[in-house]
Amino acid sequence: MSAAIPELRQFDEAELDRVFARLEADAAAQARMLTGGESLEAFRLQWLGRKQGLLGQLSAAWLKSAPTEAKPSLGVRFNRLKAQIESLLEESRQQDQAGSQASGLDVTLPGAAPRVGAEHPLVKTMAEIVGVFQRMGYSVGLGPEVETDFYNFEALNFPPNHPARDTQDTLVIAGQERKPLRERLLMRTHTSPVQIRSMLEQAPPLRLVIPGKVHRNDAADATHSPVFHQVEGLCVDTQITFSDLKGTLDHAMKALFGSAVKTRFFPSFFPFTEPSADVQISCIFCGGKGCRKCKHSGWIELLGCGMVDPAVFEAVNQRRSELGREPVYDTRKISGFAFGMGVDRIAMMKYGIGDIGLLYSGDLRFLEQFA
Amino acid sequence: MNILTQWLRSYLPRLPVDDRRLAEDLTLRGIAVEGEFPASCGGTLYEMDITTNRVDAMNHYGVAREAAAIYGLHLEPLAPAAPLVENRTGAGFPVRIEAEDLCGRFTARMIRGVRIGPSTGTIARYFAALGQKQILAPVDVTNFAWMDMGHPTHVFDLDKIEGGIVVRRARAGERLRLLDGSEKTLTGDDLVVADEEKPLALAGVMGGWDSRVTEATRNILVEAAWFDPAAIRSSSRRHGLHTDASHRFERGADFNAAPLANHLVTRLVVEQSGGEVEGPLVDVKVPALAARTAERPAIRLEVSQVRRILGKTADEEGAGQGIAEEIVARHLKALGCDLTRQAEGEYAVKLPSWRLDLEREIDLIEEVARVHGYNRFANTLPAFQGTVRELAHAAQEAAIRQTLRALGYTEAVGSTFVSAEEAETFGCAELAGGVEGAVAMGNPLSAEAGMLRPSLAPGMATMLAHNLHRDVSVVRLFELGTVFAGSTAEVKERLGLALGATGAAKAGGSLYRPEDALFYEVKGAMETLLGKFSSAQSAGSLSFDAAGLPDWIEPGRGARVWLNGELVAVFGELSAAQLQARKLRQPCVVAGIDAQRLLADALRQPVVTELSRFQAVERDFSFLFPDAVTWAAIETALQGSAAQGASPAKEVSDLRSLRPVEIFRDPSGKAVPFGSYSLLLRAVFQSKERTLAEQEIASWTEWVVARLKALGGAQRV
Repeated sequence: MSAAIPELRQFDEAELDRVFARLEADAAAQARMLTGGESLEAFRLQWLGRKQGLLGQLSAAWLKSAPTEAKPSLGVRFNRLKAQIESLLEESRQQDQAGSQASGLDVTLPGAAPRVGAEHPLVKTMAEIVGVFQRMGYSVGLGPEVETDFYNFEALNFPPNHPARDTQDTLVIAGQERKPLRERLLMRTHTSPVQIRSMLEQAPPLRLVIPGKVHRNDAADATHSPVFHQVEGLCVDTQITFSDLKGTLDHAMKALFGSAVKTRFFPSFFPFTEPSADVQISCIFCGGKGCRKCKHSGWIELLGCGMVDPAVFEAVNQRRSELGREPVYDTRKISGFAFGMGVDRIAMMKYGIGDIGLLYSGDLRFLEQFA
Repeated sequence: MNILTQWLRSYLPRLPVDDRRLAEDLTLRGIAVEGEFPASCGGTLYEMDITTNRVDAMNHYGVAREAAAIYGLHLEPLAPAAPLVENRTGAGFPVRIEAEDLCGRFTARMIRGVRIGPSTGTIARYFAALGQKQILAPVDVTNFAWMDMGHPTHVFDLDKIEGGIVVRRARAGERLRLLDGSEKTLTGDDLVVADEEKPLALAGVMGGWDSRVTEATRNILVEAAWFDPAAIRSSSRRHGLHTDASHRFERGADFNAAPLANHLVTRLVVEQSGGEVEGPLVDVKVPALAARTAERPAIRLEVSQVRRILGKTADEEGAGQGIAEEIVARHLKALGCDLTRQAEGEYAVKLPSWRLDLEREIDLIEEVARVHGYNRFANTLPAFQGTVRELAHAAQEAAIRQTLRALGYTEAVGSTFVSAEEAETFGCAELAGGVEGAVAMGNPLSAEAGMLRPSLAPGMATMLAHNLHRDVSVVRLFELGTVFAGSTAEVKERLGLALGATGAAKAGGSLYRPEDALFYEVKGAMETLLGKFSSAQSAGSLSFDAAGLPDWIEPGRGARVWLNGELVAVFGELSAAQLQARKLRQPCVVAGIDAQRLLADALRQPVVTELSRFQAVERDFSFLFPDAVTWAAIETALQGSAAQGASPAKEVSDLRSLRPVEIFRDPSGKAVPFGSYSLLLRAVFQSKERTLAEQEIASWTEWVVARLKALGGAQRV
């Protein structure tokens, strides 16, 4: 930055007016160009610096050579010029500060926040399903993960040589061989034993939703895991019908996946229900038009259900009698329905999880996505 | 199993729907068509998925029966289509059933003078469309009959049979070479079709090698029989042979189909290979087994029970009503049931011989629903007069999860199983309700998963390692789940909780050394978590000590946590051995918590302390203490200990709070000598009733200084 030193040819008023007007204009022009910070200081030094300042140099030169009568006028003009430059400088300083308050922040930088932990997708999905049934008057039932053959199979009408009882399918506790079959301990393969436990404890009417962890002797792959989660439901009363089962699940699926969802029921087979059904919902991704997720069928298979098999009530009655309780599940009067769904599968579908193993890995890169 | 619609339609020429619609209607009735492909013989090839209880429908006639029921069509019963040209000069082939408990029916018929070549005509065409390999015409015929009507049959080379047929239990150690070339040693539980000298075939499972039909065969014996399901199942398992025949017999074949199947096979063999039928069909029956199968007593069906179970229909006619009696009767008749009306809405139902899965009234109710179509029933919601029970621990579990998430811990779900070594190292009876021992699996998934987890801590260590090995270096996880203790005789389950933390602890501030910050962060999380429960509320109820740490914690780098004198948790840095075994290079803090103990406790109910209107006064104290003087000692000296009723010292009536602000140790030993530390302590005095006077604050300050000096502290100026 430099300002030309104007030439002062004589000390008359007109010439002084011209020269000082020129200096003021130069200073103002330079002040407009200032960019704050160091440039302010450079500007100050250039004009007002004690040794090299232009004002100091000019006043020293001109006052020395000026005729005496011109000196007061010259002095007044120098003071005025100095005041003007100072005010320019002050103005620039203020602008600079105001500017730094606005532009000194990069508001696009990421904000700082304490990291909050994420809900596990299985826990979250399970809670959502349970919540739907709780709002329909279902109480939550829980049971042990290590069960006896009686609760897991026998009372649920599995015949003695049913393949599910095989150690190829079921994880069993060591050292059970000497016990009677019904007392042998195993990892429950479904949450259905809680149905039996509840009916032994309580007389009808009964509405239960049963979330829990279950195990099977499955080799792990993208869709199978030896550990997985289920939510089951049980509704027992007089006058409980298959159409009630249909209506209840239709309502629950709408509550879970949106009111546009449709359900349809297919015959199926489970030892502990009859009639038994598989339930499909209209594809939640394409609305039933057909897409990759529903294998272009428009439908997604989601749960198994059925009317409680009378043999289950009979097993409950027999056990109740053994325990000195009244056999109140009269199969000619009492009926009920049960249903069950895989929480893992629903979570995987809902969140687009390709590998079930991720749910049990504790991998933070995966889990954090649910925060 | 595959079905050709052309074959199917040969039974139902008036089928009113196309193949696409037929597939859908069958699927909605539980006869599931999983895939549809154009068939080379014309029509469609269905890939079927039929539940194992419906073996009767795993053939073309069986599917035709279902279709006839759906559309109300007439289906010709399975019966000899045309009389056989029979040479009646010979007698029937001698057949004797010795094992009358295992073989209910045996039919046999001779064909003489066959010339065996490849199959032709319909059989060849259908086989090509199904991709079924042709073998020799008589064998193809038995396969064709199997796919047509679902009854297994067998053809013997008649000339290899010595004497007559004897159906008997095998003699232990007897040897038999089977059609697949394998040589089996039989046991006394195996059922064989034998002649007077030797076993010919493993009954209901596979024919024998020596009596098989070859190109050289001139005379044939056709067998169609009924065998006991349990006997065939155990034979098939014992010898590791799962065949079409064993599949059907295991699940119950049609007792009455044996003569029909024999007739069909005989007719087709003659058609394909020529020859003459000799003698009548020999049909030996065991009445006791007939009574258990084809001639089961009728069962009672009440239409009111059908309606009680199925509820309302959504049909346009009679919508909102139960299913009509005539519809019930129509559906059951279509399936082959024989109905006798006993009274208004009450029937005696004779069950078809091919439906051994039907035994009870509920089975018939299911059939009615199935044939009618599940989706033709209404959607109704039942009324409910019961009570809703609250889950006892739901609020506590929710509070644990919510608190930990707010503290930055993400929930994880880990394996239920640990290795025997981990069970040994991490098991802790004190944290398992006093139950000793761990539980071994009988058929573990792997050697590393041989035990039920006695604690969530080892699983947490595994999950921390999983992350660190994938370059995720800052991890905060928790797991809430079942832990197991006891023995294989009796397993006790409890709710366990684990915390895991590694990497970048929030800056230690002025209190903690950087290398200690992670431990104190986890300690803070534990205090916050336990503080949610009511029993941690009274002062001194929660305490920490460093004694008796388990081996998995690095000595001097962990703590035990006591709640009112009960151990509720241990936590600390994983030991050097643990880190090494898991190939970890940075400190990991793991906590194992007995969540079950917490569940017994109510959640803290906040009770508000009235805010003081008067000014608080802060006073800082700078002291030098020997390392042996713990914060707990200082706190007790100034505030009283839990043992003394946790009341603030009487001398200082209005000490509101006391906390360490800064701790400094000098590694060079210059500013602070080795073996001691400097502590900046801040006391806040505040009264609820009045402004504190300079004088009393001065006297309290003096008192504090005196107490700290008494503890061995040196005041720094």
